Amino acid sequence: MANATASTRPARSPRRNSSLGDRVFDILNYVFLTLLMVVTLYPFLNTLAVSLNAASDSIKGGIHLWPRQFSSENYKFVFNEATIYNATLISVLRTVIGTLVTVFASAMVAYTISRQEYVLRKLVTIAFIITMYINGGLIPNYLLIRDLGLINSFWVYILPGIIGVFNLIIIRSFIEQLPESVIESARIDGAGDFRTFINIVFPLCLPVLATVALFTAVYQWNSWFDVFLYNSSNVKLSTLQYELQKILQNSNTTSSAETAFANSSAGAAVKVSPLSIRATMTIVAAVPMIVVYPFLQKYFVKGMTVGGVKG
Amino acid sequence: MDNNDTLSAPQLAAKPRPAGLKLFMKKLVSQRMLVLMSVPFVIWLFIFKYVPVWGWTIAFQDYQPSLAFKEQQWVGFDHFRSLFSEDRFLISLRNTLAMSGINLVLGFVTAVSFALLLNEVRKVAFKRVVQTVSYLPHFISWVVAAGIIQTMLAPDGVVNELLKGFGMIEKGQEYLFLGKAEWFWGIFGASSVWKDVGWNTIVYLAAISSIDPAQYEAAEMDGAGRLRRMWYITLPGIKPVIIVLLIMNIGYLLESGFEPQYLLGNGMNAAYSENIDIFVLKYGLQQFNFPLATAAGMFKTVVSFILLFSANHIAKRLGQDRLF
Repeated sequence: MANATASTRPARSPRRNSSLGDRVFDILNYVFLTLLMVVTLYPFLNTLAVSLNAASDSIKGGIHLWPRQFSSENYKFVFNEATIYNATLISVLRTVIGTLVTVFASAMVAYTISRQEYVLRKLVTIAFIITMYINGGLIPNYLLIRDLGLINSFWVYILPGIIGVFNLIIIRSFIEQLPESVIESARIDGAGDFRTFINIVFPLCLPVLATVALFTAVYQWNSWFDVFLYNSSNVKLSTLQYELQKILQNSNTTSSAETAFANSSAGAAVKVSPLSIRATMTIVAAVPMIVVYPFLQKYFVKGMTVGGVKG
Repeated sequence: MDNNDTLSAPQLAAKPRPAGLKLFMKKLVSQRMLVLMSVPFVIWLFIFKYVPVWGWTIAFQDYQPSLAFKEQQWVGFDHFRSLFSEDRFLISLRNTLAMSGINLVLGFVTAVSFALLLNEVRKVAFKRVVQTVSYLPHFISWVVAAGIIQTMLAPDGVVNELLKGFGMIEKGQEYLFLGKAEWFWGIFGASSVWKDVGWNTIVYLAAISSIDPAQYEAAEMDGAGRLRRMWYITLPGIKPVIIVLLIMNIGYLLESGFEPQYLLGNGMNAAYSENIDIFVLKYGLQQFNFPLATAAGMFKTVVSFILLFSANHIAKRLGQDRLF
């Protein structure tokens, strides 16, 4: 996208006589956008600073971009709990397995509905598209998962969301744009549909599949509601996001207690506080995404435009 | 939308004429590989997406979990009647509409303005940096976002510090922002903008990039300044996209989101934060009133369905007729 917009630039880039008004506008625009970046980033940096600041000191307030009284106690406390390692493992597992299953299954079904000669093509397509408009809702879904015996199981993270209609449609559109001759030549060599899909179509689809994989991975990594709904009684299946959610929920109900805690003399003796644990856990849950994101950003944006054009 | 052509297509492959049945079966056998590759997922789809719709029957029953389906007592629309006489549901409906309304208007205004300003940036590197930074909050989970927002809004958080710095409040008067029910919509709106404004500009930037540069040159010749070009060329250029997206978003009017309200909500702000989704969760899974919760969920889905279909229809007509 950035490239696309940039390509219109050279035509009007050499300013012959930019007026005073234009220059004022330019300066104001740069200042404003810089301010906007600060406002966007500040909450992250502030939370980071609070997480690295001694809890007894944070309570006094006034932490901005830099810890006032540096301390790693908060992180020590968070990483002292055995649950966090297990939760990280489950988060990674659901992200990896969920993404692989989604990408493979979506591509395979997309391939079948891209074959014009397939007799069930319309039926399969319509069956999927209807689910864009209608869903059973929370309670019927919960009862279904319960009746399927998926409560307290890892597979509840994977099975309900294998194929998303939107993904299916963008992959199908992508396959339909591939030259038919490529697929035909595989046929002439005697390859069946499955072999054609695996050997020819799947590798050719990697650009669009990368986008689908990224969005699925973000979705899986960020999910917490299914953990809360189905697996909250089994701490072994907890994820990082859900561990954070539990902390938020606790500090939410005790936020007035927090102030009392601040005023009490006990506050100074304790090494961690709900506030500092909350900030630390927030950073722990956010960091993997923030580290990976800048490298993958252009693929996300590409995916948005693919969807925007064809979806 | 690409999917509509498949929807409106009248001929269904599943209904071959008796004479064609043999041919159909023959084709099916010869295409068994394609069948094997897709039908298992149609079965999956049926179980996970269609069976729950059957669960809507609960909304019409005096549902007893211990009884079999045939033994359930049918009560007609009783649960819907009690739903609409329930104050809490009406409040959650109001909150849903208010918050999605805020999201819609605020989201559009901020995203379009931001896209317009970004488009005026000539230094490509600077533009890239702004884009990268502004997309970032979109990729963190609402849990993380809520953690950050709670940290910012805490009595000892930065926002209170800022207010103290400007002398608007004294020490000891710190606000418990999330405890002020009537402020919740504002906090929700601001949080949503912070999280998604950058991401929402993508589609507008794409639309802007397809505007003919010659238009700008002509305007420049006529002596139009930056603001004028923005107002008379860029904005009209992306007007069709804005209108189509606006209409499409009206289809999601009952989808005000669940996560931000749930994660930032608490007992003190419930009167303003509780929307239909939270109502369903609380009545259904915390008080085990399955029928009432299912009725509320069903109401939401059916109304959304009607809205979405009308919106799709209108958007498609506008797109084809190029009215704007």
